[in-house]
Amino acid sequence: MAIYALKRFGVAILVALTVSMITFSMVYISGDPAITIAGEGARIEDIENIRRYYGFDRPIIVQYFDWLWHAVQGDLGRSYGLRQPVADVIFERLPTTMLLGACAITFGLTLAIPLGVLAAVKPNSIFDRAALTLAVVGQAMPTFWFGLTLILVFGVMLRWLPITGQDSWWNFVMPAVALGYNVAPAVMRLTRAGMLEVLGSDYIRTARAKGLRPMTVLFKHALRNAVIPVVALAAVQFGFMLGGSIVIETIFQINGLGYLAWESIQRKDLPMMQAIVLILSIIYVVITFLADMLNAFLDPRIRVT
Amino acid sequence: MAETTITRTTLARAGIQTTEEILAPTPGVMMRRRVFGHFGLMFGAFVLLVIIFMALFANVISPHDAYDQQLGRKLIPPIWHDSPKTTWSHPLGTDHLGRDYLSRLYHGAQVSLLIGFSAMIISGLIGTVLGVMAGYFGGRVDMVVNFLITTRLSMPVILVALAVVSIVGSSLTVVIWVLGLLIWDRFAVVMRSATQQVRSLEFVTAAEALGCSHLRILLTEIAPNIMNHLIVVATLEMAHAILLEAALSFLGLGVQPPTPSWGLMISEAKGLMYFDPWLIAIPGVALFMLVLSINLVGDGLRDVTAPENRS
Repeated sequence: MAIYALKRFGVAILVALTVSMITFSMVYISGDPAITIAGEGARIEDIENIRRYYGFDRPIIVQYFDWLWHAVQGDLGRSYGLRQPVADVIFERLPTTMLLGACAITFGLTLAIPLGVLAAVKPNSIFDRAALTLAVVGQAMPTFWFGLTLILVFGVMLRWLPITGQDSWWNFVMPAVALGYNVAPAVMRLTRAGMLEVLGSDYIRTARAKGLRPMTVLFKHALRNAVIPVVALAAVQFGFMLGGSIVIETIFQINGLGYLAWESIQRKDLPMMQAIVLILSIIYVVITFLADMLNAFLDPRIRVT
Repeated sequence: MAETTITRTTLARAGIQTTEEILAPTPGVMMRRRVFGHFGLMFGAFVLLVIIFMALFANVISPHDAYDQQLGRKLIPPIWHDSPKTTWSHPLGTDHLGRDYLSRLYHGAQVSLLIGFSAMIISGLIGTVLGVMAGYFGGRVDMVVNFLITTRLSMPVILVALAVVSIVGSSLTVVIWVLGLLIWDRFAVVMRSATQQVRSLEFVTAAEALGCSHLRILLTEIAPNIMNHLIVVATLEMAHAILLEAALSFLGLGVQPPTPSWGLMISEAKGLMYFDPWLIAIPGVALFMLVLSINLVGDGLRDVTAPENRS
């Protein structure tokens, strides 16, 4: 277990470093970041000034290591637009996005896992069909359109829920649903497939033959094993969701990291954009690392390979 | 005297077929039955063909110029609305600039399909090459490719796409390349495991023993056997690219106005949706139907080509 964890940790560090490199070079895609900031028709002196002011005149390698060195210490530079340290702004907004993500994944899992189990227990039944239809429909629904439709139906027509803002728990219901239903199809399919496989295995037959109650067999013996791969998938999906929250946060005007990302993209606030991409990627790396550890703990077979 | 019973197996060994077996459907017939009996596949293919037709003949079937603004006839509701303003001249109404919504819908299909298809080809090339190499050569190559996949997955797609498009400046080509370069991960993952599976089969070992080159084995032994997986991923990734384009355009960093894109149409109508909900409903339903049909075709092809996966 320790060796596996160590190996996996090494990979995580490498991935984080590579991501930091990509994120850093993102700014140079267009060629010269000074021109990007100054705008197309800027005077040469202005561009020169900007280049010197932000240190773009140094060799790229030097800039990268300088940036990385500061980033490791928690200093992600100053925002061009907000004139504040980037890190402060990000950590102020991050909890909102994490909360939204947590609500969304909770919704997604509570919808998907029971449906997946039901579909597997009664294959080809009406439950199975309904679950499958839901999965197919869910996968095809554009998130932003679903969000807008929710606003129209529950916010405007029925007036059940507040449309925008984040003053109360009710504000998070629609965004969480819009973000979370995305996760449901994949999780449901995996739960269904896992349950089908487990239910056909020998130890379930043994458990049934012993005369255990069907519910005990289903939840204690079958679901426990079927749900192991779901842990990894849920972690991955949670990571994707934090990235995808940019759409939902702009629609529902939730002041989280996604909205901040959108604002800084519009302002061409390069340090902020870099930092948000970096932070979200590192959160993903950490979450998947933890999920892998949890998986290895739950399923000893993984540790060996 | 021992009576010899002639079983079907004995007959088959002797190369003799029973009448039953001769009359049994050929694999081709069975395949056709599976395809035409698959509701999802048939429905998806039908909707997809309709949308492709809309895109290909958009210039011919559009009742109006999709770019023609006439403020005098703006925001005419679609024909099923109970309003005196509705007219058969604009069956789906007009937008806030008086442009015919049906014509814009047809032209939006072009944008969606073009971006979805091109991005899918680019990402398919990258992902398939990486995945097949990883699965075929294994070892270090596999490690490197796995690392690339992990790195790619850890970066948030929409955010990176938005950031890059905003830095480079947005155009149709930029959106296609950015999406294509970002979404190759699923191709790589699926192609890698498919190649690994085929690679361990006996006919590959046989080809190796015969002294075939790597390229020959890849092209004649591996490729035909992973093709069905490739087609399925290709459809799913095309749908993925279409959804991403719509999201980018919705956020104002994808296709630029006045080009009609379904995502952009929803974005432009966002402010008016409280009064005229059909403005976002129509392009939204179109987008949903397109993605749904592509997904159904992908799922259907998987069911049909891999009989062991059928429930």
